Amino acid sequence: MTSTRFSESTGTMSRRRPGVGDVVVFVAVVVVLYVVIRVGRGATVSFAPTQVDTIDTSPSHLPYYVARSLIRMFIALGISTIFTLIYGYVAARNRRAEKVLIPVLDILQSVPVLGFLSITVSAFIALAPGSLLGLEMASVFAIFTSQAWNMTFSFYHSVSTLPRELDELSRNLRFTRWMRFWKVEVPHSAIGLSWNAMMSFGGGWFFLSAAEAISVLNSQHALPGIGSYAAAAIDAGDIGKVWLAIITMVVVVLGVNFVFWRPLIASVERYKIELSESSNAPRSMFLDFLRSTRWPRLVGRVRRRVADPLGRMMAVFGTDTRPLRIDLRRRRVGDVVWGVVVGALICWGLYSLVAYTVEHDGLGVYLTALWLGFVTMIRVIVLVAVATVVWVPIGVKIGMSSRWSRLAQPVVQILASFPANFLFPFATLAFIHFGFSLNYGGILLMSLGAQWYILFNVIAGAQAIPSDLREAMDDLGVTGWQRWRRMILPAVFSSYVTGAITASGGAWNASIVAEIVTYGGTTLTATGLGAFIAQATQDGNFTKILAGVAVMSFYVVGINRLVWRRLYRLAERRYSLS
Amino acid sequence: MADPTPDNITPVTPDITPGATAAPGAAAEPIITVRGVTKSFDGLDGPLPVLDGIDLDVCEGEILALLGKSGSGKSTLLRCIGGLIEPSSGEVRYRGTAVDGPNPGTALVFQTFALLPWLTVQQNVEVGLEARKLPAAQRSARALQAIDLIGLDGFETAYPKELSGGMRQRVGFARALVVEPDVLLMDEPFSALDVLTAENLRGELLELWGNQEFPTKAIIIVTHNIEEAVLLADRVVILGSNPGRIRTTMDIEFDRPRDRRDPAFESLVDQIYKFMTGRQPEDVSVAAAPAPGDAAPLTPGEVPLPMATVDGLSGLAEILLRLDDDIDLADLSDELVLHVDDLLPLVDALVLLGFLSMTDGKVRLSSEGADFASADIQASKKMFAEASLANAPLVAAISRGLERSAGGALPAGFYLDVLRRSYSEKEAQRQLDTAVDWGRYAELYDFNAGRNELTLDEDRRSAGG
Repeated sequence: MTSTRFSESTGTMSRRRPGVGDVVVFVAVVVVLYVVIRVGRGATVSFAPTQVDTIDTSPSHLPYYVARSLIRMFIALGISTIFTLIYGYVAARNRRAEKVLIPVLDILQSVPVLGFLSITVSAFIALAPGSLLGLEMASVFAIFTSQAWNMTFSFYHSVSTLPRELDELSRNLRFTRWMRFWKVEVPHSAIGLSWNAMMSFGGGWFFLSAAEAISVLNSQHALPGIGSYAAAAIDAGDIGKVWLAIITMVVVVLGVNFVFWRPLIASVERYKIELSESSNAPRSMFLDFLRSTRWPRLVGRVRRRVADPLGRMMAVFGTDTRPLRIDLRRRRVGDVVWGVVVGALICWGLYSLVAYTVEHDGLGVYLTALWLGFVTMIRVIVLVAVATVVWVPIGVKIGMSSRWSRLAQPVVQILASFPANFLFPFATLAFIHFGFSLNYGGILLMSLGAQWYILFNVIAGAQAIPSDLREAMDDLGVTGWQRWRRMILPAVFSSYVTGAITASGGAWNASIVAEIVTYGGTTLTATGLGAFIAQATQDGNFTKILAGVAVMSFYVVGINRLVWRRLYRLAERRYSLS
Repeated sequence: MADPTPDNITPVTPDITPGATAAPGAAAEPIITVRGVTKSFDGLDGPLPVLDGIDLDVCEGEILALLGKSGSGKSTLLRCIGGLIEPSSGEVRYRGTAVDGPNPGTALVFQTFALLPWLTVQQNVEVGLEARKLPAAQRSARALQAIDLIGLDGFETAYPKELSGGMRQRVGFARALVVEPDVLLMDEPFSALDVLTAENLRGELLELWGNQEFPTKAIIIVTHNIEEAVLLADRVVILGSNPGRIRTTMDIEFDRPRDRRDPAFESLVDQIYKFMTGRQPEDVSVAAAPAPGDAAPLTPGEVPLPMATVDGLSGLAEILLRLDDDIDLADLSDELVLHVDDLLPLVDALVLLGFLSMTDGKVRLSSEGADFASADIQASKKMFAEASLANAPLVAAISRGLERSAGGALPAGFYLDVLRRSYSEKEAQRQLDTAVDWGRYAELYDFNAGRNELTLDEDRRSAGG
C-alpha cells in the first residue's frame, strides 16, 4: 500500500540520531526556563511604595536587567494575544457585543498608551501593596496597551471577513465551535496577526522604557530593567552608560528579531490562503535550524496527543450551527434591552466622571487641556509635514533602488522599533547647551521615534511600483517633476498615508515623555498636553490625568476621522495599484 | 425538429420522456423534499427574488442536475438544501425533518475546492470525522480508505498548494465522501478545472457511483454546462433566471456509460440549448422596441442590459460576419470553446440591439448587424449609438437625462438609486457599469470616476450649446 510507503519514508527521517542541534535546542530551552524562574523571583521582592528604588548602573547588572525587560515584554505579548483572541472573537461572532466592543476598541486605540500608565499605575500598586508586583503589573499593562488594540483589530477583521466557502465548509461539516476557531479562524488570521504583533512589539520597547522608571505621587519608582537602567544613567548624567544602554538595546532588538519574529513570520507563511507557492516567501535561518532538529516532530506528537482529548472536551462550546430561522420579535426585544443596559452604564459613568471633576478641580481643567492639546497638535502637524518633505523623496529613492532598499530596510526597521527615549539625553544636552527652548525642541524629540514610520512605508510603497510601469515611463521619456506627479507620488500615496497615520499617533504618544525632559538634574518643560499629563501623573492628580488623557484621545480620534480616514479612503479608491 | 416549449420538452428519442416533479419510482420516499421555496435578498424597494416557488423531490439512487444560466439561483437553491441559507419562505425537509441549520445528511463539494491550506491532504479529509468526534485511529483509517478510493494515495502528507487543480478537487470529494453523506451536494465542481481534468474526474465520479459500496444515496449537482448535466444526471432540472423558477424537469434515460458523440445525446444537448436560449413567455419581449405613441416605453428596470462589453459583442459580430451563414448556438459555443454563461450575454446584447436575430436556436446577423460588423470604427460607433439609444432603455435614459440636466452632468448615484428599485445592489452596479461602457463607446456620455459623475460627451455638449 502506498500509505505504508509514506509512513516508512517519514520513519527513516525520525529515526535519525539526535544531532548537535537537538542538544543545543534542549539546553537552550532549559536555560531560558532557569532564567525565567530565577529572574521572576525578583518581581515579588517586597518594597514600600514610598521608597526610592535605586538602579545599579554597573555594567555587570545589565544582562539581568535585559532579562527582566524581556520577560516583561513577552508576558505582555502573551496577555495581548489571549486578549486578542477572546475579544476579537466575541466582537466578530456576536452581533450585539460587536456594537459595543468595536467602538470601544476604536477609542482605546486612540488613548495615548502612557496615559493608560498614568491612570492605572496607582491602582496596580494598591492591588499588590508592599511588593514590586504592582509596579511590575503596571508596566506590563502599559506594554499590553501598546500592543493589544492593533492585534485585536487585525484578528477581528480576519474573522469577520472569513471567505464564504470556509464558513460554509465549517457549517456543512458541522465543526464544533472549538474546531472552527482553531482550524479555520485562527489559521486564517495568523499571518495578519503575526505581522501586527511584530510591529506592536517593536513599538512596545518605547513604552517599556518609559514604564520601568516612572514617578507617581511624587515618588520615583524604578523596576529593574534596561529602560530604568538608561533612565538612571540619564539622571546621573553618565553619557558612557547611556551609550552602553543604547548598544545593548540594539543588540536586544536584533536578537529578538532573529530568534523570535523572523522564525514566527516564516512559519506562519503556511497559513497563506492563496493556493500557489510564492517565490519570495519570508525565510528564517533560525527556523530552518530548528526544523532540522527532532524537536518540532516531538512537539507535534505531544500536541496531537493533547489536541484530541482537548478538542473533545471543548466540544461543550457547541457546534457551528446557526439556526436558520430567527424570531425577529424576540431579537428586537433583546436589542432594546441590550441598548438600554449599555446606555445606562454610559450615562452613569459620565455622570460620576463629571461629578468627580466638579468636586475636585472643576470643569475648567478641560478647557486648559483643550488649549494645551491645540499647542501639541501644532507640534504634531509640523512634525508630520517636515517628516513628509524630508523622508518621502529619500524613501522613494531608496525604494526604487534595489541595492539601497536591501541595505536600508533592516536599518529603518530597527530605527522604528528602537525606543527613541534612549536618545533623548543627547538632544536634551544639546538643548541645554545652546539654550534652545523645548517648545520647539519637543518637536525634534517626538520625531525621533515617529518619523521612521513614514520613511519605512514610503520605501515599501516605492518598492511596490511595478517595473513595467517604470519602464513605460522611461520609454515615454517621462522624467523630472512630471514623473513624480504622474507616477511616483500617486503610487506611494496609500503607503504614505498608512505611515503618516502611525507617525502622528506615535507623536501624540511621545509628547507625554517629550514635553518634559530631565538630564542630570536639569528639567526642561514645554507648553503642551503631553507635559500636562506627565505633570499630573507626577503629582498624582487623578482629575487632571483623566482630563488630559480624555482630551488627547479626543484630538486623536477627531484628526483620524476628519483627516486620515478620508485620505485613506481616497488612497484606496483612486491610488491603489492593484 | 419540434420547437421546445417551456413546459414540455417533446421527446426526440424514446429514451427521453418529459419528467414530472415527482422522481422516477414515485413510491420511494424522497430523501430531500423542497416545497415552495422562495428566496429573496433585500433591495431598496423591498425584497428582490432570486428563487421563486421551487418544488423538488430528490430520491434515492438518482443524480439530479440543477441547470441554469448565472442568476438562476441554482447555487442558492443548493445552499438552501444544505441548510446553509435560510429560504425566505417554503421549506426543505431531509427524510421528513424540516431543515433548520446545516443539513446533517449532506456534504458539499465546492467550486473553489475550499480546502484548508494549512492542513495536509489527510488532515483535510479527516476534518469532517473530527467534527463527528471519532477517535484518531478510526479517523485515520477511514480517511486513508477514502483517499485510496478517490485515487489520492501517495499524497496523504502533501499540502493543497503542492497539488494540481484536479488533485485538489479530489481532496474535496474525499473530504465530502468520507463522512458518508446521504446526499452529495456539488456546486459546479468541475468548472474551475481544465477540460481534460474535468472529463477525467467526471468519469471517475460515475464509476464510484456505479459501485455498490458507494455510501451516498443521491447526488445533486449544480452546473451551467449542458453536456455535463446530460452526461451525469438521471434528471435535469432547468431553472429560468430572474427570479429562478423551475422551467422544466426532464429524465435522461440513456444507458451508462454515455457517449457524447451519440447522435441522440447530441440532439438532446442541442434541444436543451435551444430551450435555454429561447425566450420565456414571462420575459419582456425586447425584439422590437415599441414605436413612440405605442404603449408606455420600456424602462431600464424592465429591460436589463446583458453583461456584455462592447469589445465582446463587436468581436462576436465580426466572427458571425465571417461565418456568414445561420449557425446553431450550440455549435457556435463549441467552435469558440465558450460556455453558455460566457456566450449568452453577448448574444443577448446583439439581439437587444437589433444586430442579431435568433430563430429556432440558430442565430443570424441582421442587415444592421452586418453593417455594424463591417463598418470602420467611427461608423460603427455611430451605428452602435443609434441602436443603443433605440433599444437599450438605460442608455437612452442616461443620455436624455444628461441632455436635460443643467451642466450636462449628473451624479452616478442618481441612476444607481433608480436601478436599485428593480435590481439588487450588485446587479444595479453592474447595470450601470455596462451602460457606462456602452455609452462611452457610443460617445454619448462619459463617466468621471473622481467625482463619481456621468457627463455628457464633450462634442455633444458643445454642439448642444
